[in-house]
Amino acid sequence: MSKKQHYAITVNGKEEEFLAEPRELLIYTLRERLNITGPHIGCETSHCGACTVTIDGKSVKACTMFVAQANGKDITTIEGIGGPDNLHPLQNAFKEHHGLQCGYCTPGMIIRATKLLEEIPNPTEEEIRFGMSGNICRCTGYQNIVKSIQAAAAEMNAAKEAAE
Amino acid sequence: MKDEVTRDERVDNLKGMGCSRKRVEDARFTQGKGNYVDDIKLDGMLFGDFVRSPYAHARIKSIDTAAALEVPGVLAVLTAADLEPLGLHWMPTLAGDKQMVLADGKVLFQGQEVAYVVAEDRYAAADGIEAVEVDYEELPVLVDPFEALKSDVVLREDLVAEDGTLPDGAHGPRKHHNHIFTWEAGDKEPTEQVIANAEVVAEESMYYHRTHPCPLETCGCVASMDKVNGKLTLGGTFQAPHAIRTVVSLISGIEEHNIRVISPDIGGGFGNKVGAYSGYVCSVVASIVTGKPVKWIEDRMDNLMTTAFARDYWMKGKISATPEGKITGLHCHVTADHGGFDACADPTKFPAGFMNICTGSYDIPTAYLEVDGVYTNKAPGGVSYRCSFRVTEAVYFIERMIEVLAIKLDMDAAELRRINFIKKEQFPYTAALGWEYDSGDYHTAWDKALKAVDYDGLRAEQTQRVADFKAGKTRKLMGIGLSFFTEIVGAGPVKNCDILGLGMFDSCEIRIHPTGSAIARLGTISQGQGHATTFAQILASEIGLPADSITIEEGDTDTAPYGLGTYGSRSTPVAGAATAMAGRKIRAKAQMIAAYLLEVHDDDVEFDVDRFAVKGAPEKFKTMKEIAFAAYNQAIPGLEPGLEAVSYYDPPNMTYPFGAYVCVMDIDVDTGVPDIRRFYALDDCGTRINPMIIEGQVHGGLTEALAVALGQEIAYDKMGNCKTGTLMDFFLPTAWEVPNYETDYTVTPSPHHPIGAKGVGESPHVGGVPCFSNAVQDAFRPFGNTHTNMPHDHWRIWKTANDLGLHG
Ligand code: FES
Ligand code: FES
Repeated sequence: MSKKQHYAITVNGKEEEFLAEPRELLIYTLRERLNITGPHIGCETSHCGACTVTIDGKSVKACTMFVAQANGKDITTIEGIGGPDNLHPLQNAFKEHHGLQCGYCTPGMIIRATKLLEEIPNPTEEEIRFGMSGNICRCTGYQNIVKSIQAAAAEMNAAKEAAE
Repeated sequence: MKDEVTRDERVDNLKGMGCSRKRVEDARFTQGKGNYVDDIKLDGMLFGDFVRSPYAHARIKSIDTAAALEVPGVLAVLTAADLEPLGLHWMPTLAGDKQMVLADGKVLFQGQEVAYVVAEDRYAAADGIEAVEVDYEELPVLVDPFEALKSDVVLREDLVAEDGTLPDGAHGPRKHHNHIFTWEAGDKEPTEQVIANAEVVAEESMYYHRTHPCPLETCGCVASMDKVNGKLTLGGTFQAPHAIRTVVSLISGIEEHNIRVISPDIGGGFGNKVGAYSGYVCSVVASIVTGKPVKWIEDRMDNLMTTAFARDYWMKGKISATPEGKITGLHCHVTADHGGFDACADPTKFPAGFMNICTGSYDIPTAYLEVDGVYTNKAPGGVSYRCSFRVTEAVYFIERMIEVLAIKLDMDAAELRRINFIKKEQFPYTAALGWEYDSGDYHTAWDKALKAVDYDGLRAEQTQRVADFKAGKTRKLMGIGLSFFTEIVGAGPVKNCDILGLGMFDSCEIRIHPTGSAIARLGTISQGQGHATTFAQILASEIGLPADSITIEEGDTDTAPYGLGTYGSRSTPVAGAATAMAGRKIRAKAQMIAAYLLEVHDDDVEFDVDRFAVKGAPEKFKTMKEIAFAAYNQAIPGLEPGLEAVSYYDPPNMTYPFGAYVCVMDIDVDTGVPDIRRFYALDDCGTRINPMIIEGQVHGGLTEALAVALGQEIAYDKMGNCKTGTLMDFFLPTAWEVPNYETDYTVTPSPHHPIGAKGVGESPHVGGVPCFSNAVQDAFRPFGNTHTNMPHDHWRIWKTANDLGLHG
């Protein structure tokens, strides 16, 4: 008796179809089934944010969702926002401002920050600290994460202005 | 040859010591391309997970695995009975005790490993775990170490002889069946005498609560036994890969050359990943049994409840002084709760770690320390959570005792510190408990810190605040937290530091490539500290090749030279020294090559940034790049081809970083919520290799200190149930709770370290915990508070206010 069901999700622009048990958490679907290992696991209880991805335009902790709930959805992970030839300003800013140490929280942090900057393009420090409070970092003490996000926001806003 | 580039530009090109070089690690991490243990995927890989005990103390009457073996996807279930024929049902701990790999007839703490289920994936393993039937008989539970020392209940029957006598433990005689060791330092009678005759004596008892390092990535491994070639590969979250290889070899009988241990990227360690855990042993056995690779990854609950607690020290202190405040003696007794097995990660000769640094930064003529280790029904561990072997406990103890003494003397605590600091001219200074502090300039650091925060102004503001509070104008109190700490890091000299007999040296091996780039391999392993960036900087300055042309590699025991790993802030003091020394060997050979090429005597060339030049004729030179090429491609009489070096560095002493911290906090007495207004941290870690990384370490360490001081704990109920097994209950601060920190520094190089560096990763944690705690306590000092125990969460702060009658 197979308990598996058919699912189709889009991840980083690519459509994926597979059979899985509905109880499978989305984070495992991504990491083990689809080999997308950028999103990490820090708790599996929705507390740490290491597994954060974007689903249909919203920040979601991928350990909070069953694969069944993700069926038909459009998902973006850290791998989908930029690569060696087209770094996202946040990816660059985290390096420039030492916004990471062990790097384990980083994919979740950056992908969350992409949404934060869409929600609030010019956030205050307080808005950044509040908007990022679903993502835990054990290494950096957040000060340089805040700085990195501020720097990326400035860069993105300047680029937008230049384009207008 | 004409040189177009200025000397300053040549220095800049190297990106050597002292510059804030951006990290080379970051590209992969920011792009989701890190390679952590759970990212490892091997053909046919299985997944193992544990059946864990729900009870803190119970006898196991039976284990029935039949139903589990019927679960689809489950391949095997291991119990102690399966491991026993291999002699692997128990394993040695780092502290000279032994520990059950899988429950052997009984369990001693909640969450203890009882059986290991091997399945095709995590979900099947979880189903299998559900189906294992274990019949337990509950036994009386001991969670209080003082009670344990009086109780008839025997926790470790294996440590009681058949005739009921107690054989000596690894650290000498045992006083009771639940007692592990007594460890002493200093002079008992003279100290007691000084205190008995002193004009002023302050006493305090304090509990440094149990907590946990809780890196964001939990522990895990992938074991892969290649039966065809007889080789075992073990990848995992190991802070000490070579030590793990040796331990695996010793307990499994597999020859060490047939074992390859790999530490991939590690998602934070903070001490959690130093020890040897059941998951490693069971995964190796399961791989041998099934012939397939087996992965084991802790979930967060396993992590918090079973691997590597920290602290849990009950400390009783007496400190004596003259009426003017000159300290004359210090007495400390510790009851150390080690849990069910003594698995503390300390150098062998130090069962209480470096607790004997508890005289702190002060010139205390006589002192005595006694530590009693005790078994209870709690998880084993006792790791150094972002600190060097119990130095956090030691510094917390002395920095609280100073405050308590200041209250007794009715003196300002900053002034009391100042008049007792070891003076600059006293270094090297031998402390009453035996350590020789290598260097320091405490007064300069302290004055700089107090000036930076306008200490007198803060005190005036605080006095006004107290008046306003009493007048009903505010409900907020103000606390000024001070701490001055001396760390002891860089373990350590092989003559007194070893773990399981392995000397605590470290190593570096360098190969220069013909075109003037290089690879260096070390016995350490980064967990976020940025070794690939900073060690290349050390080398760049030593050998004159750009840091960007130097690859640093760590964590593969097949390629890296033997070393004892990364913890206790030992990488820079020990492996950093090895790196510099190996670099100097390279330079020595390069000098001979340069002299040959320039047709002068060896002594007639000198090193200058990135080249050797003829003394007095700087226009005649050979760059290190040219020298590298010549080393491989030119026949030089009397010299072997090639340019390589290796150094094993046995440090002559520990290093002693220090720092001065000030925290300003507002406390709402009605809600118990603290608001950190300001935190100033001055660190002196000797020579600074990369200021950007130092600052990052300080921010991170302070945040972990904030967590421990203000809320983080591993708590048990009377039944031995762990009450803080998830991130719901175990406090990890978010960006919202954490302030911005102001960092500052002085530089007092270590006189015995080749580049004068002392290590910094743990200082902010060690100095930060007492600073946050002192701020809370100081806010209540005007109302009669002397000491309250951490963690100062909102409830406990509210309770302190309530107990002092501040709620009207
Ligand atoms: S793993 Fe999803 S929030 Fe922690
Ligand atoms: S960088 Fe290590 S958890 Fe954030």
